[in-house]
Amino acid sequence: MEDKTLIFFIVLPFLAAFSLPLIGLVSEKAESYIVAIISLILMVLSVSSLFNLAESTVYVVGGWYPVEKIPIGIHLVSDGLSKLMLLIVNTLAFFCAVFAIDYIKKYTGQKYFYTLFCLQLAGLNGVVLAGDMFNLFVFMEVASKASYALVAFGVRRTEIEASFKYQVLGGLASLFMLFAITMLYWMTSTLNMADMSLVLSKGLVENGNALRFAQLFLIAGVGIKAAMIPFHAWLPDAHSSAPSPVSAMLSGVVIKVLGIYVLLRLFINVFEPDIFISNVFAVLGGISMTAGVFLAIGAWDLKRLLAYHSISQMGYVMMGIGIGMGILASAGPSATVALTFTAALFHMINHAVFKGLLFLSAGSIEHATGTVNLKGMGGLAKYMPLTMATSFVASMAIAGIPPFNGFFSKFAIIVAAIQGGYHFRAALGFIVGIITLASFLKFQRYAFFGKPQYDFSIKESPFFIKFSLVSLAVLCLAMSLLIFSSIREIVLDPAVNTLLETTGYAIKNLQP
Amino acid sequence: MTLYILCFILFLVGIYGLVISRNIIKMVISLTIVEISIFLMLIMIGYISGGIAPVVFDQQILDNQAVVDPLPQTMVLTAIVIALATNSMLLTMAIRLYKKYGTFDIHEISKLKG
Repeated sequence: MEDKTLIFFIVLPFLAAFSLPLIGLVSEKAESYIVAIISLILMVLSVSSLFNLAESTVYVVGGWYPVEKIPIGIHLVSDGLSKLMLLIVNTLAFFCAVFAIDYIKKYTGQKYFYTLFCLQLAGLNGVVLAGDMFNLFVFMEVASKASYALVAFGVRRTEIEASFKYQVLGGLASLFMLFAITMLYWMTSTLNMADMSLVLSKGLVENGNALRFAQLFLIAGVGIKAAMIPFHAWLPDAHSSAPSPVSAMLSGVVIKVLGIYVLLRLFINVFEPDIFISNVFAVLGGISMTAGVFLAIGAWDLKRLLAYHSISQMGYVMMGIGIGMGILASAGPSATVALTFTAALFHMINHAVFKGLLFLSAGSIEHATGTVNLKGMGGLAKYMPLTMATSFVASMAIAGIPPFNGFFSKFAIIVAAIQGGYHFRAALGFIVGIITLASFLKFQRYAFFGKPQYDFSIKESPFFIKFSLVSLAVLCLAMSLLIFSSIREIVLDPAVNTLLETTGYAIKNLQP
Repeated sequence: MTLYILCFILFLVGIYGLVISRNIIKMVISLTIVEISIFLMLIMIGYISGGIAPVVFDQQILDNQAVVDPLPQTMVLTAIVIALATNSMLLTMAIRLYKKYGTFDIHEISKLKG
C-alpha cells in the first residue's frame, strides 16, 4: 500500500533546516517557534500513523516503481517498528524543541542551532523510514554529522574535545557500516532490504563465512553508534558536553535509532536470526548493563552520570533483544519471544521518555544554577519544586519503582529472561536495577536536599522549560498504561509483530 | 583476488594509523585512508572485465557488450560527498583544538576521561 505522508517526515525538517538561517536573519524568536510547530506537526503525523490500519506502507521516491518485481528506486518503508520509532523520535523532538525556546538563549548563533537540530531530526526520521541499505547509511551520516556539530555547539575546550572523539569513532563506525554494506551488495547484488532478505533466504549466497564477516562489521559499526561497552568511550563525553536539549535527543533517541533500530531491522528482518549473533547481543548487553551502572556510581558530573546510565539502560534493551533472538532462533515458545521483544521495545520507548526528562531536568538545573556538578548544588528543593518533582518522577522511573513506567518494562525483561531459562541474566538485571536506584538516590540527595553549596538566589526555570518537564513527567506515568493490552495493541504490538515475522518483512514490502 | 586483498590491507593500514598515531592530523589522514580503501572496493565490485561505461542507448550494443555496474559508482559519488563533510568537520575541529590547547598531540588534549 502506498502512503504519501511518509515523505513529510523527511522533507519537512530538511526544508526547515535550510530555510531557518534566512528566517533567523529577520527574527530569531520566530525561528524557535517555527521549529516547535514543525516538530508538533510531525508528532501529530506520527501519532496518526499509529491508527493507520495498513500493516506496512511504502512510498516510492520519484515514482521509480519496481521492474519485474526488482526494486530499482528508493523506497521509504513504514511498518510497525518504524511507526513506533517515528513516534518516540518526533515526540521527544517536540519536547526538546519547546525546551530549547528558553534554554538556547544563553548561546550565540541560535539560528545554526535550529538548523542542526532539524537536520538531526530529518536524519533520524530518514534512518527509520529507509527501505534500502545505502539510504540507511546516508541518513545515518546526516544524523551523525548534525550530532557532531551539536555536541561542539558551546565551543568550549571540553566540548570540542568530546566532539572530536565522537567524530573519529563515529566516522570509523560509519566506514565499518559502509564496508559491510559493500560486502552485502557484492554478495546479493541488491541494496533494497526486502529484496536482500529475499535473496539471502533463497540460499543464493553460498559463502556463509563472507556473510558472517559482513555481519560482524555491521555489529562493530552499529555497536559504536549505540555505545555498547567495549565501544562506549565517546558517549559520556559527548552526551555530557552537548547543550541539554541535544543531550536529551542524543541519549533519548539517537543511540536508539542509529543503534538498536538498525540492529533490529538488519539482524531480525533482513538476516535470519541465529544463535551466534543473539549470544553476541546478549553478552554485549549484559556487559554494558553492568559496567555502565558501575561507571555511573562514581560520577559527580550530573550529565555524565546520566550518560553512563544510558549505556546501562541500553544494555537492558540489548540483552532483551539478544534473549528474544536466541529463543526465536532455537524455535522456542513464541509467547516467550513475544514477551521478550515487547519488554525490550517497551523499555526502549520508556528510556527515551525518562532519560529525555532527566537530561531536560539537568538542563533546567543548569539553567538556574549554571553548574552540572552535584557537589555544587544542594537545597534546590526549596527554590525549584517543579524541577525536583519531575526529576524525582524520572529517577524513580529509571530506577524501576512500581507506579512508573520503568518498573513494568524492567520487570518484564527479567520475567522474560527467567521464562527463557537465562537465570543468570535475570539476576544481573535485578542487581543492576538496585544499583541504579542507589545512584539516583545520590542524585536526588545531593541536588535537592542538604545544605546549598552556592551563594546566590535561584529562580525556577521559565515557562517553556516547565512545560516540557511537566509533559514528559506525565508521559512517564501515562506510559505505565501500556501494560493494559487494549492500549498495547495500538502502540507496541505492531512493532513486536514486525519482529516476530522475521524475514516475512521481505514479502510484504516488495510490492508497493 | 590480489586486488581485493591489497584493498583490505589498505583498510587495515588506515585503522592501524588511527590506533597508533598521537597527532590528530595524522588521525584524520588515517581515517581518510580507510575511506579511500572502501571506495576502491566499491568501484572494484562493480567492475566487469572489458565492460564499457553504462551510458548506452543502443539495444544492439547492450546485447553484445558487457556493461559495468553503475550503482556502486553512484554510491561512491555519494560517499565521497559524505567523506568531504566528515573531513572538513574533523579538520575544523582540529583547528579549534589547536587554538584551545596549542598542540596537536592527543595525549596532551585529554581533559575528558571517557
